Amino acid sequence: MPEPGYLLAAVAVSAAITWGLRALPFALLGPLRRSPLVAHLGAGMPVGVMAVLVAHTLRDVPLAVPPHGLPTALALATTVGLHLWRRDIVLSIVAGTAVHVVLLSAILR
Amino acid sequence: MQELRAAARDSLAVGVAAAAMGVAFGVLVARSGLPWWWATVFASVVFAGSLEFVLLGLVTALAPLGQVAAAAFVVNARHVFYALSFPLHRVPGRIAKAYSTFALTDEAYALTAAPAAQCWSRGRILCLQALVQVYWVGSVTLGALGGTLVPAAVVGLDFAVTALFVVLGIDAFRARRDVPAAVTAVACALLGHVLFGGQAMIGGMGLFTAYLLVRYAAGGRAGA
Repeated sequence: MPEPGYLLAAVAVSAAITWGLRALPFALLGPLRRSPLVAHLGAGMPVGVMAVLVAHTLRDVPLAVPPHGLPTALALATTVGLHLWRRDIVLSIVAGTAVHVVLLSAILR
Repeated sequence: MQELRAAARDSLAVGVAAAAMGVAFGVLVARSGLPWWWATVFASVVFAGSLEFVLLGLVTALAPLGQVAAAAFVVNARHVFYALSFPLHRVPGRIAKAYSTFALTDEAYALTAAPAAQCWSRGRILCLQALVQVYWVGSVTLGALGGTLVPAAVVGLDFAVTALFVVLGIDAFRARRDVPAAVTAVACALLGHVLFGGQAMIGGMGLFTAYLLVRYAAGGRAGA
């Protein structure tokens, strides 16, 4: 069992690095705010960031063994399809997650 | 009050996703053998969802602090891009800025990625970030406390976070309807995993940034 002192140090190190990564870029970007290049990057970035985050959350899906990621694929299709159709954020998330949990817990495992 | 109501409306979807993922993380902490309240400490002090999952694995294996630091850097390096559009200039005051940067999570970034957020008030932005933290810390704590009540057979709740990013990605696409950029984004995310392995997030982000730079240089839809 990890010691409390070690755990506190690990939490402190993680928090300090995370905060640094979130806060320091603003100090560097401040003078660049009016630059059209920075505006172009800032406006184009969200789609790319979301794609990378989605891929990151799916990195451990086992494709080589049955059910070959099928529950995740069907859940993705549910969320994407519903969101293109109804544009209701909560509905898209809840329905996709429900499909995923039911398939993975009960049917396709 | 009006600002809190607007923030509550904006953050509803994140609340749903955070609740599912937070409970999942809390359950993992409970099953790891740590006292439940460490889940609350992780959630409130580190406040970076994906890093907390990684951190739990490291500390239960008693990894050296240097390894913890390296993991924190790699998992969260993507945050350096968030300064490009997060409306910190709308949040005056040192303490407010300190909190706003501390709480600049993926969710806070995504919720402020639409152009309209550039003129939100300080109260609305801070309320939004505080609410996201309340959802996250609350659901992690609930998960840790009730960890043994969730049957081990119930799996897959973590898809809520994937769904959240999918939905926010579609909304980000709708803001500009830039089909080549969306296709390239997906390609960069997948290429990141093929080419860079453990550094996939930084790699994918770097590729996409390079694409945006090339397009800017070529003059296509500059600043659009």
